[in-house]
Amino acid sequence: MPISVGHSAAIIAVTALCTVLLRALPFLVFGGKKEVPRVVSDLGALLPSSIMAVLVVYCLRNIDFAAAGHFLPALLSCLLVAGLHVWKKNILLSIGLGTVCYMVLVQAVFV
Amino acid sequence: METIRKRRKDIGFAFRQSVPVMLGYIFLGIAFGLLLQNAGYNVIWAFFASLFIYAGSMEFVLVTLLSTGAGLLYTAVMTFFINGRHIFYGLSFVEKFKKMGRVYPYMVFSLTDETYSVLCGTKVPEGLDEDRVFFWISLLDQSYWILGSVIGALAGSYITFDSTGIDFSMTALFIVIAVEQWQDSKSHVPAILGVVCGILWLLLLGPDEFLLPTLCTCVLALLLMRGRLMPDAEKERR
Repeated sequence: MPISVGHSAAIIAVTALCTVLLRALPFLVFGGKKEVPRVVSDLGALLPSSIMAVLVVYCLRNIDFAAAGHFLPALLSCLLVAGLHVWKKNILLSIGLGTVCYMVLVQAVFV
Repeated sequence: METIRKRRKDIGFAFRQSVPVMLGYIFLGIAFGLLLQNAGYNVIWAFFASLFIYAGSMEFVLVTLLSTGAGLLYTAVMTFFINGRHIFYGLSFVEKFKKMGRVYPYMVFSLTDETYSVLCGTKVPEGLDEDRVFFWISLLDQSYWILGSVIGALAGSYITFDSTGIDFSMTALFIVIAVEQWQDSKSHVPAILGVVCGILWLLLLGPDEFLLPTLCTCVLALLLMRGRLMPDAEKERR
């Protein structure tokens, strides 16, 4: 442990508090007795589709297109997951096979 | 007897919904526990860090903060920067969570990327108690994360299985939920908006800084297009 126990605990406490504060913010602002304003509930209904798309981009943010081995594993596995899910609609199958495919590609094919 | 059987059904359904997260959380948790152990922090630290912080990507940054002895102000700024996206997650669950009574604070606390995604994608069948299912999904997800980090801190260095690439299961989870939302929603504009904004800001700012501007742009654009995207809502109000 490079720093004192107190300093370590303080870093963890600050991180925890800030994270909770961020998650709690919409509830602190709109979570009162009054009904949530229409704008917010509309936004709450529309946002998940955008956020999920953004999260996919976020997961793939470090891909580079310099060499086939750098982007093909992720690209092929993403297509497999999406295709499987449209076809079979089985979450575990799509995620399981997609992950195995990705692991094989990065560990054994595009080394 | 009847209620016990019912509750078991709630938990069973919640468990099935949480399985996709289990794989990723346990392995990422192991990676985190192992890193923390290597930085000089034992399993007790791993347990409490995952209990109190519970934010996957942030906990990897935490290891750096600890091993470089970061100042508290810097720690706070980094946390706001990395976890800023979480502000938007609650917007979809304000009405839902605030009616959940005792577990309301925990539901807010445990709203990670993955739990948010699973909750967005969960359609609770009739006969089950939606509040209980939601609570169990959140609790199970966090237990996987804690379990993983404890295993990693205790035995991470003995695991010889090559888990390179297992973190793709999180990407796959988001893709699956995105596909389901695409099929369920009348308008594909929000999803396309997310992809386009994400790629544009990524090209402009690079991988470390594009996330918050992307989400802010999406929120602004959705607010501007709200009238057209939610026509039913507009009619209802009149």
